[in-house]
Amino acid sequence: MTSLFSKFEGLAGALGSIVTAGGRNPFAVVIEKPLSSTVGIIEGRETLLFGTNNYLGLSQSKRAIEAAQAAAATYGVGTTGSRIANGTQSLHRRLERQIADFFKRRDAMVFSTGYQANLGMISALAGKDDYLFLDADSHASIYDGSRLGNAQIIRFRHNSPDDLYKRLKRLDAPNSAKLIVVEGIYSMTGNVAPMAEFAAIKRETGAYLMVDEAHSFGVLGENGRGAAEAEGAEADVDFIVGTFSKSLGTVGGYCVSDHPELELVRLNCRPYMFTASLPPEVIAATGAALEDMVAHPELRQQLMANAAQLHKGFMDLGLNASTRVSPVIAVTLETVEQAIPMWNRLLELGVYVNLSLPPATPDSRPLLRCSVMATHTPAQIEQTLAIFHQAAVDCGIPMQANAA
Amino acid sequence: MSETVESVSALIIQKLLANPKVPRDIDGNCKIMEDLAFDSLAVMNFVMEVEDSLDVSVPLDKLADIRTINDLAACIVDLKNKG
Repeated sequence: MTSLFSKFEGLAGALGSIVTAGGRNPFAVVIEKPLSSTVGIIEGRETLLFGTNNYLGLSQSKRAIEAAQAAAATYGVGTTGSRIANGTQSLHRRLERQIADFFKRRDAMVFSTGYQANLGMISALAGKDDYLFLDADSHASIYDGSRLGNAQIIRFRHNSPDDLYKRLKRLDAPNSAKLIVVEGIYSMTGNVAPMAEFAAIKRETGAYLMVDEAHSFGVLGENGRGAAEAEGAEADVDFIVGTFSKSLGTVGGYCVSDHPELELVRLNCRPYMFTASLPPEVIAATGAALEDMVAHPELRQQLMANAAQLHKGFMDLGLNASTRVSPVIAVTLETVEQAIPMWNRLLELGVYVNLSLPPATPDSRPLLRCSVMATHTPAQIEQTLAIFHQAAVDCGIPMQANAA
Repeated sequence: MSETVESVSALIIQKLLANPKVPRDIDGNCKIMEDLAFDSLAVMNFVMEVEDSLDVSVPLDKLADIRTINDLAACIVDLKNKG
């Protein structure tokens, strides 16, 4: 009799060797208590948090906390139903209006998570006779949405408008609708999409364009509307999807669009229809966090200044950091055997970052993924750089001077 | 179209052998994931290289049914003939 779990044997072996090599399971870190947006208690020690996606620090927004408390007191703590049944309260509609107005779009749909926003929009929009053109480094939620909708999926090389164009031109399917999906900022590497070039291809080929601004919402663009705003490409973007769980510090996903058919998508979108809606306190906190974000554009300026400081520090240390400065800065190491002790040593010395191992990384090399916050102080960033230097020395990681 | 399953299969094997980690004794009946120890991402990236050599796009859903090098070659020939 075959065991259901025999397929996990390889995984068990891989996890076992990671734990043996480093002394702990990097995927089971517990933040015992956050002390602020930037410091948490891990293994009983105060630890600098450089591996969250809390870019503006709004998970600790006073305005959002008070809004959540008031909403829970007034509305209760859950909706107990789907958006298309009993799970839509006035708060949900108000938040959708608020998000749509922020993006200057006709309408918005709010989902229970960002993952479900991609899963739902992509599967509802692209059916089996349609073609999806996905960036090769797309997030799992984009790939999963593609499979749920049974669309024909064509990958193009990461951030390459030329490769996308070639693949669109190669396809001989005049009667099929085509949807291009890209991300504003890629979550593992911090790479930013060349939105203006993708928009030009969309115009020329008649495809639709969706951008996932999960990591760029609140981060890029003069008003924080993301990579499309930053590159002046918003008019060509048909659908923007994103999440509340990064810059707004709560949880939930959204899609905004000017297409009036978005109202029909609500009735043709399984991850929207067959799950409970967000609870009132999360909806209220999200709306308040968005108000906070709009009221404090200086947070975005501080975030980019902090990202520049950390990035320059990595370059000065001779570590192999991403080429472009963005709030996601990945330090690439050559081997998993280097990455595991380095990640463990960083944690022991008081810095938490994300350990990303292949195949979840783009080019089969491991990453120490750092994410910067507006609320990090220059002193915290300096301390983190000193700890990176110490850990690299302790673990024998080569540091070459970069010709910056 | 001039490509046959045999010619496409030979081209795939030639491309695979350019990777020093791939066993030297592969043939068209080798299973891409099991015998070559490719993970799902490596398979998709490899298929992209083949696509560019043959000027064809293989939709990802087709990959689900492909186990061997010859399966991939047959799929590509089929797509080329439809084009």
